[in-house]
Amino acid sequence: MTTTAPPPTAPPQKTRTVTRPGDRIFSGLSRGSGIFLLVVMAAIAIFLTYRAVQAISKDHGNFLTTFEWNASLNPPVFGVAVLAYGTVVSSIIAMLIAVPIAVGIALFITHYAPRRLGGPIAYVIDLLAAVPSIVYGLWGALFLVPHLRGLNLWLDKYFGWTYIFHKQDPNSAPRSLFTVGILLAIMILPIITNVSREVIRQVPRMHEEAALALGATRWEVIRLSVLPFARSGIISASMLGLGRALGETMAVATVLSASPQLSGHILDPLGGTFSQNIVAKFGEADEFGRDALIASGLVLFIITLLVNGAARIIIQRRKEYSGANA
Amino acid sequence: MKLQRKNGLRALTVGAVAVTGALVLTACGSDNNSSSNSTPSASASAGGSTTSSSANASGISCATGQVLASGSTAQQNAIEAWVKNYQQACSGASINYKPSSSGEGIVDFNQGTDAFAGSDSPLKPEEVASSKKVCAGGTGIDLPMVGGPIAVGYNLPGVNNLVLDATTLAKIFNSQITTWNDAAIKKLNPGVNLPSTKIQTVHRQDESGTTDNFTKYLKGAAPAAWPYEHAKAWAGKGGQAAAKSSGVAGLVKQTAGSIGYFELSYATASSIPTVKINTGAPQPVEATSANASAGIASAKVVGTGADLSLDLSGAYTTKAANAYPIVLVTYEIACDKGNKASTLPLTKSFLNYIASSQGQGMLSSAGYAPLPTEIATKVQSAITALS
Repeated sequence: MTTTAPPPTAPPQKTRTVTRPGDRIFSGLSRGSGIFLLVVMAAIAIFLTYRAVQAISKDHGNFLTTFEWNASLNPPVFGVAVLAYGTVVSSIIAMLIAVPIAVGIALFITHYAPRRLGGPIAYVIDLLAAVPSIVYGLWGALFLVPHLRGLNLWLDKYFGWTYIFHKQDPNSAPRSLFTVGILLAIMILPIITNVSREVIRQVPRMHEEAALALGATRWEVIRLSVLPFARSGIISASMLGLGRALGETMAVATVLSASPQLSGHILDPLGGTFSQNIVAKFGEADEFGRDALIASGLVLFIITLLVNGAARIIIQRRKEYSGANA
Repeated sequence: MKLQRKNGLRALTVGAVAVTGALVLTACGSDNNSSSNSTPSASASAGGSTTSSSANASGISCATGQVLASGSTAQQNAIEAWVKNYQQACSGASINYKPSSSGEGIVDFNQGTDAFAGSDSPLKPEEVASSKKVCAGGTGIDLPMVGGPIAVGYNLPGVNNLVLDATTLAKIFNSQITTWNDAAIKKLNPGVNLPSTKIQTVHRQDESGTTDNFTKYLKGAAPAAWPYEHAKAWAGKGGQAAAKSSGVAGLVKQTAGSIGYFELSYATASSIPTVKINTGAPQPVEATSANASAGIASAKVVGTGADLSLDLSGAYTTKAANAYPIVLVTYEIACDKGNKASTLPLTKSFLNYIASSQGQGMLSSAGYAPLPTEIATKVQSAITALS
C-alpha cells in the first residue's frame, strides 16, 4: 500500500465573483418558482385534508375497514378496504405482466434486433402511449373481455386449485381484476419499455466488450454486464409505470364489474379501485359525497407516496452493488 | 456524498408529492360550469323583449337572451331536440343545457349558476331550503317534464317473448332466482322453451337516477321480494355492474343469458328484446312510450303549492290495460318566485314550449313518454305563474 503524497493545496482564491443584475433576477425568479410550487402543494394538501377529515368524521362505518361505499345513505357508511385492495392487486398483476415484457422489448431493440427493425418497433411502442385511456377501456370492454373467456376457463380448470385462479361462476363475464391487470399492463408497457431502453443504452460499451473478450455469450453479457448496470434504472421505470397503473381511471371503470366485495379469487367479477370508484360516484354525489370521495383520493395519494418511497430505498440500496457507481 | 444523496432523496420525494398531488387534483376536480350567468348585453335585450306577442310560424312564442341549465342525462336527448327546435324558431335565443347529472344540476342551481336544472328526482327538503338563497322570496319547485319507460332488456337466444312480473323481477335481480327455467318464470311463460342457463343480471356501477327509479318500482310493487330501500347506488345481491346505461345495454347485448335495465331508447338502439310485464292486466304490458304515458297517468301530484313533484307508487301497482308500470319522470327545477330578471323571459318561454302539446309530442319518437294531459295542464299553469 503506497501512499501518494497529497498534492500541494492551492492557496484559497480571494477574488470576488462579479454578480450582475441578470444573475440576481434569474436566481430570484427560479427561487420564487420553487417556493410557489411548495405553497401551491401545501394549499392543496391542506384543502384536501380538511375536506377529507370532515367527511371521515361523519362516517358511520370504519373508513379503513368498511367494504361498501354509500355516502348518500343516511347515516353515511363508506370505507376504502375494497378499493385499496383492488387498486393494489390490479397494479401488481399489471406489473407482473408488463415488467418482464417491457425489459424483453428493450433488450431486443438494443441488443438483438437489426437496426432496421429496432427503430420501427420503438416507434410502435411510442404509439401505444398516445392512445387515450378511454379508448383502451372501450377496447377492453368490447374486445378483450369477450376474448378472455377461454383463458379464464383454462386458468380455472388447471389452476383453480391455487385458490387465486378459482372462478366461482365459470359463466360470468371476465370483467375482473385480472382482466383489468392485463389491460393496465398494456397501458404501462410503453413507459417502462422506453425508460428501460434508454437506461440499457447507457451501459458502457467497455463493460460489454470486456465480457465478450472473456468469452461470454450474448446472454451472459446481458446477464453479467447489462442487467446489473441497468437494474436501478429499470426499477425506476417500473415505478413510473406503477404510478400510472395505480391512478388509471377510465379504462378500469369501463372494464371492471365493480361491487363492494373483497375476494382472493382474481377471476371473479368484483372489487373496485380508488379512481374507478371516484368516477362512478362523483356524478350523482352531493357536497358530502364529494368530500368522502376526496378522502378516498387522499388514501390513494398516501399509497402512491409509500410505494414511491419504497422504490427509492430499493434503488439506493441496489446502487451500491450495481455498476452504476463504476 | 451521503449528504448529497439525502438531498437527492428529499428532492425526489417532493417531486413525487407534486406529481401525485396533481394526479389527485385532476381526479377530483369538478369541471365547473364557469361561463358567466348571462352577458350584460344579452340580459339587457332579454329584459327588453318579454315574450313577443306575435307568435311566429312554428307556434312558439319567442324570447331572446341566454340561459344556462344543467343536470340529468336521462332527459338529455329530449332537451337537445327541444333546444334545436326552439333556437331554429327563435333567433337570438341561446339555451345551453349541460348534461352532467341530476346531483350536479341541483348543486349548480342552488349556487345560482343555472336558470333551471334537470333532475331525475324531486328536490330533497334540505335542497329546497338552500334554494331559498337563490330564489329571492321563493323556492325551487319541481316541474315534471319528461316521462319514460325503464325497459328490462334480456339476451336469451331462442326466446323472443318473455313475460315477468314484479316479484319475479325482484327475485331475479336479487339472485334468488338464478336459472332461466325456474318454476316462477315457467309459470309466467307457458309453452315457452326456457333454457337451463344461469341468469346473469347486469346493473349500474355508477350511482344513477335510473337505478333509483327501478328500485323504487321493485320496492313499490314487490316489497316482500325486494328488501332494500330505493337508492341511486345498487343494493341488490350478485350480478355484474357496468358503467352508464350504454354499458349495461352493451353487456346484455354481449352476454347470453343476461338481463339488465335501462331507458327504452338503449333497447331500441341496440335491438335488445324487452320484458313484458305481467301487471295483473288482461294482457302483459310491453315497454313503449304510449304504455308508459298510461302508467304515469296513475301518478299523483304530491308537491305543495307550485311544486308538482309526483308520487309514482300508483303507477307501480297499476292494473290498467296497456299501462306500463316501470316508469320514471324527470323534472325541470326552477324558482317559483325570484327567478333572475335577466333569464326569466327565456326560461319561461322555453319551458312553456316544452310543456306544450307540441313540445311533448316530440318525445315518443326519442323513446320517452309524453306527460298525461292532466299533469301537463298543471305544469303549464305553473310555468305561466313563474316570476
